[in-house]
Amino acid sequence: MRLELETVEHIAALARVGLTPEEMERMRDQLSAVLDHISMLQEVDTDDIAPTAQVIQQHNVMRDDVVRPSLPREQVLLNAPDQEDGYLRVNAVLDQS
Amino acid sequence: MTDLTSLTIAEARRRLDGREISSVELTEAHIARIEQLDGDVKAFITPMFEQARAMAAEADAAIASGQSDALTGIPVGLKDILCTVDAPTTAASKMLEHYQSPFDATVVAKMRAQKAVFLGKLNTDEFAMGSSTENSAFFTTRNPWDLERVPGGSSGGSSASVAAGMAMGTLGSDTGGSIRQPAGFCGVVGLKPTYGRVSRYGLIAFASSLDQIGPFTRTVEDAALMLGAIAGHDPNDSTSVPVEVPDYRAALTGDISGMRIGIAREFAEVEGMELGVLAACEAAYDQFAALGAELVPVELPHSKYALPTYYITAPAEASANLARFDGVKYGLSVNAGNVLDSYFATRGQGFGPEVKRRIMLGTYALASGYYDAYYVKAQKVRTLIKRDYDEALKDVDVILAPTSPTVAFKIGARSDDPLQMYLADIFTIPANMAGLPGIAIPCGFSEGLPVSLQVLGGAFGEVNVLRAAHAYEQATNWPTMPEMVAGQAGA
Repeated sequence: MRLELETVEHIAALARVGLTPEEMERMRDQLSAVLDHISMLQEVDTDDIAPTAQVIQQHNVMRDDVVRPSLPREQVLLNAPDQEDGYLRVNAVLDQS
Repeated sequence: MTDLTSLTIAEARRRLDGREISSVELTEAHIARIEQLDGDVKAFITPMFEQARAMAAEADAAIASGQSDALTGIPVGLKDILCTVDAPTTAASKMLEHYQSPFDATVVAKMRAQKAVFLGKLNTDEFAMGSSTENSAFFTTRNPWDLERVPGGSSGGSSASVAAGMAMGTLGSDTGGSIRQPAGFCGVVGLKPTYGRVSRYGLIAFASSLDQIGPFTRTVEDAALMLGAIAGHDPNDSTSVPVEVPDYRAALTGDISGMRIGIAREFAEVEGMELGVLAACEAAYDQFAALGAELVPVELPHSKYALPTYYITAPAEASANLARFDGVKYGLSVNAGNVLDSYFATRGQGFGPEVKRRIMLGTYALASGYYDAYYVKAQKVRTLIKRDYDEALKDVDVILAPTSPTVAFKIGARSDDPLQMYLADIFTIPANMAGLPGIAIPCGFSEGLPVSLQVLGGAFGEVNVLRAAHAYEQATNWPTMPEMVAGQAGA
């Protein structure tokens, strides 16, 4: 089954990944092939089977709520693409018009 | 000098502690070997020679004062997906090309505390997504046994450097086979521990329910030594399990008489299985029997569903994990004027084709309308795969399987066909789905290239896995380093 181009565009938008028209077409073919292979899972009877998200037996791992030093601000901002007065600088999130 | 780069870690330990050699000598020998051969092999993204020399001198001082741990003064390499404070951590991606971690991964900190010597950061498929290192944004690593072939992946730099004598041991990560498959292609030992055995803190996340860090070495004993150095509970990783770390080396008794070893028929019936690989693996099964182990047929009926299950689960987790690369806090940032367009531009330019494919696949599997049919379905099949192994391991101590259905393939042979590339991991994925430990060990040659056997065990059953692998290794002693001459690779 070949995915619709609109589906690929929708998924790319959800994933926030910019794709060129050529990438979009190639992705369409390659995802379709992988999804065809994956479709063999539909033949497995899983009616009464519980899902497994992780395999260890631990749940709700807690620690004591003790104050401890975090990474120094300068060190964390060392990798920041843009900064101002010790803060990350970002594009406006709200439309100002 | 060649002598020092072909030593095992265990032998180097004896000579270092006996003051026959120094860590500085050992480190200089490895740096010289890297300078001689890495132009051909291309295993290192970032060499750390200056740091290595300083670390070696410190290690020698520690040894002189009588302080010596398993890895003190031992030159090792790190997959470039493990965070280090003294070298960039790139994940072989343009997204993190200039990223400098403000902290060490726990495994790095543990080895640093033992005064191991870091030779450098090793190539991998971008964000550990691949089976050949061809998805590295920087370059492809070559297989030391045949420079026209891939070293496997994703941890191909880690496996190739050990086979080429450019490091005594290395660390890699294994999400669907990324330690065992490249170890197999390069004819060295690669160990994926039980999920939760080793802290993942500071490992750049790919698929968090599957990822596990482990060692590459040239002997099983060395793998046991490295595992002992990195294993254990870590408060910074809530999925690391507080189970005591045994003395893995003490498990290597050489005696496996009476051990019950499972052989699964399902693995021999896989399409695309090379006859030379099958023959070498079957000869290895016989060798285990000759050593006194009892071979027992086991059934793993859901094996064939492991690959499709993985290619839903792993991309789904990856699509969530890689959402953090938004060009705001760190990494590549392409400002396209507004928030949304900047995301598209940053992620469109920063990620390579395979990473984009997996993010897309994972986003699809998690998207409204497909979630139940794909993601939840895969989680349920994962239960069945795990159940197969849990049942089989009630009756046997370990299970044997080929590591990969083929020997190392030629560079470029599969890079245009993602599905063919994925099939390289068909035998390694089940252990990740079930969270079990597995070791890949050399078991002969086919077409002049290494063939590899996996020994899989129950959760926290590394002792059994290592004991069985060690006994076989002692009985066979396959070579783990090819003869190498510099300047053999084409342009």
